[in-house]
Amino acid sequence: MKTCLVVDDSSVVRKIARRILEGLEFEVTEAEDGSKALEICQWKLPDAVLLDWNMPVMDGFEFMGHMRRLPGGDQPKVVFCTTENNVAHIAQALSGGANEYIMKPFNKDIIADKFAQVGLIPVGQAFV
Amino acid sequence: MTPTEYEYLRKFLRDHSGLDLSADKQYLIESRLLPLARKAGLSGIGELVQKLQGGSGALVTNVVEAMTTNETFFFRDKVPFDHFRDTIMPEVIKARAGRRSVRIWCAAGSTGQEPYSLAMCLKEMGAALTGWRVEIIATDLSQEVLEKAKSGVYSQFEVQRGLPIQMLVKYFKQTGETWQINPELRAMIQYRQLNLLHDFTQLGTFDVIFCRNVLIYFDQDTKINIFNRLARQIEPDGFLVLGAAETVVGLTDTFRPIPDRRGLYKPNDQRAVAAPRPAHASAPPRMAVMAGR
Repeated sequence: MKTCLVVDDSSVVRKIARRILEGLEFEVTEAEDGSKALEICQWKLPDAVLLDWNMPVMDGFEFMGHMRRLPGGDQPKVVFCTTENNVAHIAQALSGGANEYIMKPFNKDIIADKFAQVGLIPVGQAFV
Repeated sequence: MTPTEYEYLRKFLRDHSGLDLSADKQYLIESRLLPLARKAGLSGIGELVQKLQGGSGALVTNVVEAMTTNETFFFRDKVPFDHFRDTIMPEVIKARAGRRSVRIWCAAGSTGQEPYSLAMCLKEMGAALTGWRVEIIATDLSQEVLEKAKSGVYSQFEVQRGLPIQMLVKYFKQTGETWQINPELRAMIQYRQLNLLHDFTQLGTFDVIFCRNVLIYFDQDTKINIFNRLARQIEPDGFLVLGAAETVVGLTDTFRPIPDRRGLYKPNDQRAVAAPRPAHASAPPRMAVMAGR
């Protein structure tokens, strides 16, 4: 089973994301900010990270930079999931090592599409 | 669909989903619910309405879902676009090296996601098509959806369905909460209102025809008739692309499937002689010439 780390300071968003990802057969762990997420990644890297941008303590972009420098840290697929919906933020995320980018609000179809896009799930699964 | 059936469905959808259809959305209902009715083994909208009136729980959910889900997205099913890039276009580029032009028809252009996906594929090929004349004709039954397609404006939700984020950044411009595909790609596509049941010989001959997820609305005889007429509009070495759940097998021998390329078909030799290709001089002026990069 593939693993996904959901990083968001909103417990409601984490809960919704967890339900969707478990439906796509991911084993889900949660973190409420970038610093907690980094601790989890230092212990064990997930296959995927669904990553909010604006969070207290450490934001998503800073977290991604630290995670990418961990041994094997180039492996996880990072999918941003944020209310930041302008081209400048998207471009910054991509050049910083993000694989995909979701603009909130999101739903099951968008998550499935984006995860299929980066090869985390087969394409067909996104369209069931 | 009778006016009574339409009124019933309007009220049904308002009650069950809050979806408020105006008086002229018969097309939308048919395009969404006819495939669903066929799948449920029903003859059409009429029988579907009867079932709903009889109170079928599972159908209620399916109908609401079909009407409220946005069914069309960029690079839908992905595989046909991989085939387009890896199989179709390399062959076309070789075969048309002399005249350096390619004509593509999207026979169910809908709100534009399919023709724009093809346009993006072609742009991604870059230098291989520099100086080529590229014509994409997108047709649809509904003038309303064609207007949307022409505008190239999509909601934040729509641009997140099927479209890789890199493509969004590269080919779209953000305006507030919406995104518009750039003018260069819009100029590659011509839109025409067209009913596939009617004569379409005036469109001329094509190297590639995408006809996906539209024949499912027609009965078998109509399908055969359309396939046979499509065969006359396609170059002898052209390609026909059908939807994942569609096939010519058992219906017509005017096309044959290409092995290991699901959804891809070639015209057979015994088909009628194709209508002559229109001379470029008389072709519509909006034909795009691929610029260098």
